[in-house]
Amino acid sequence: MSATIFGLLGAALVGIGLFGLLVRRDALLRILAFNLLGGGVFLVFGAVARRGAGAGLPADPVPQAIILTGIVVAFAATTLAVALVLRLAAAKDRG
Amino acid sequence: MSAGMLPVLAVMLPVLGMVLALPLGARGAERLTLALAPLGLAVAVAIAVVVYGGSAPIRHELGHWAPPLGLAFRVDGLSAAMMVTAAVVIGATALFARGQFGTAAGEAETRRAFAFWPLLLAIWGATNLALAANDLFTFYVALELLTFAAMPMVALDGKRETLEAALRYLMFALLGSVLYLLGVALMYGAAGTLDVVVLASRAGGTYPVLLAAALMTAGLLAKTALLPLHLWLPPAHAGAPAAASAVLSALVVKGSFVILLRLWFGVLPGIPGPMAAQILAGLGAAAILLGSVAALAQERLKLLVAYSTVAQIGYLFLMFPLIASMPGTETAAKAWTGGVVQAVAHAFAKAAMFLTVGLMAARLGHDRIRDIAGAGRALPVPMITFGLAGLTLMGVPPSGGFAAKWLLLAAAIEAGQWWWALVILCGGLLTGGYVYRVLSVGLRAGEATAPTRSADGQGIALVLAIVSVLLGFLPLGAFGLVQIGRLDLGP
Repeated sequence: MSATIFGLLGAALVGIGLFGLLVRRDALLRILAFNLLGGGVFLVFGAVARRGAGAGLPADPVPQAIILTGIVVAFAATTLAVALVLRLAAAKDRG
Repeated sequence: MSAGMLPVLAVMLPVLGMVLALPLGARGAERLTLALAPLGLAVAVAIAVVVYGGSAPIRHELGHWAPPLGLAFRVDGLSAAMMVTAAVVIGATALFARGQFGTAAGEAETRRAFAFWPLLLAIWGATNLALAANDLFTFYVALELLTFAAMPMVALDGKRETLEAALRYLMFALLGSVLYLLGVALMYGAAGTLDVVVLASRAGGTYPVLLAAALMTAGLLAKTALLPLHLWLPPAHAGAPAAASAVLSALVVKGSFVILLRLWFGVLPGIPGPMAAQILAGLGAAAILLGSVAALAQERLKLLVAYSTVAQIGYLFLMFPLIASMPGTETAAKAWTGGVVQAVAHAFAKAAMFLTVGLMAARLGHDRIRDIAGAGRALPVPMITFGLAGLTLMGVPPSGGFAAKWLLLAAAIEAGQWWWALVILCGGLLTGGYVYRVLSVGLRAGEATAPTRSADGQGIALVLAIVSVLLGFLPLGAFGLVQIGRLDLGP
């Protein structure tokens, strides 16, 4: 039951993030939208892990390992994007 | 050392080089890259020889854990051919880049040079990882590594336009990779494994699998820059320094394309219906026609070459309906070879073209097509290089592009899908149009002079262009390499 709720919430986050990423023009908002979208994907993946658990385990460990990697990658992507936005702002200030 | 270690070596060599390059500084990184290039080429050629000699893909289970629990590397003929291509293009680009990013003795190291060499090695390692990997999640890691290495390459100049192009590229790439990851999640939920070979027997045509396939395909198309998702490519590839553009156009977009091939014909043979393949090729056809027309309309040389990449990527997608509609036949084999040879020939030709265009822009001081009259006299070797690379892009015999387009054309007619044959012919004519436009102006008498700098690097671009033409002289049997280990024919 709870896995279904988490899955649906994850799907909702994916929807919100995708909308923001496609519609917003501002770079910072799009980066935030990308993070929402990523969070939604990780939640869906977590629900998949819960549902796929067998042999008395609380959850399937493979998706959890993948989520951890995914979070690190998303964090790196965010820092890279923010650094780029800062450089761009500095370049605009210079003229 | 067993042959199984070769793919591991192909991935680890550039990655180790990248890590070592950071403390070495710009001058050390340059030397290290130039030293690794022949080593990496030797490894890639050894892989190709082992695959071709054994007529079987190389498999290596990392840490001796067998899938589905562990990860495996699997290098088939397609990977081997692309690895050799990658090694040659990276090596040539590294030699060429000494002119732009080299640090001469006694000169102070620059930040640009310090960034360039490790990024070049990172792109190489990520490309080899995408080619050697055999599970959907390692593909994701390779895709992200490619993006993170390619994006800073675009912004190396630090000018406002290139920063904007890099940000737009990053946004497209991040959207693509997150859609791909969502697809991976659904696929894992449906089939309980991510190994390509194991998935092929487990994934059926259920709704979650179809949705996962659609999400992953959309994500990969954004990274490959197929037509409606190509908007990021021209400013990014045209804005990057010449050596970076060459690698971006030749290799980075091919990484996601190979993963798409694995997904459609490895994980899901026959599951996306013939209609889906027709749509994919329809987008490819639109890319060929609209991309070529856009290239014809460009004022600047580098943008023309970038739009030509958009068009040439379209050819890669014509193989999908031809294989999907006639699985397991001689026609499918022709389409497969045609598509892969197109990827290889385009890599050499486009690397040559970007390097030579960058050279012309640097020496003439501009890249406006209107004003290059006289370049034929001032810069004869770059003009010849542009023409030779253009031959391959057009598909004029004898060239690698001709072999690719001829195989695709023959397969289209054998499959009874004559409309793709028309697209290939029209695309060739349009390509001829934009190549002619540059040559006709360049070979006219005019004022263009080349006051700046020596002729460093023009020979390297010429060699790449000659290789792209010589591919057309290979006996057809040599193309058998790319047939080895085709996933749609069973593991």
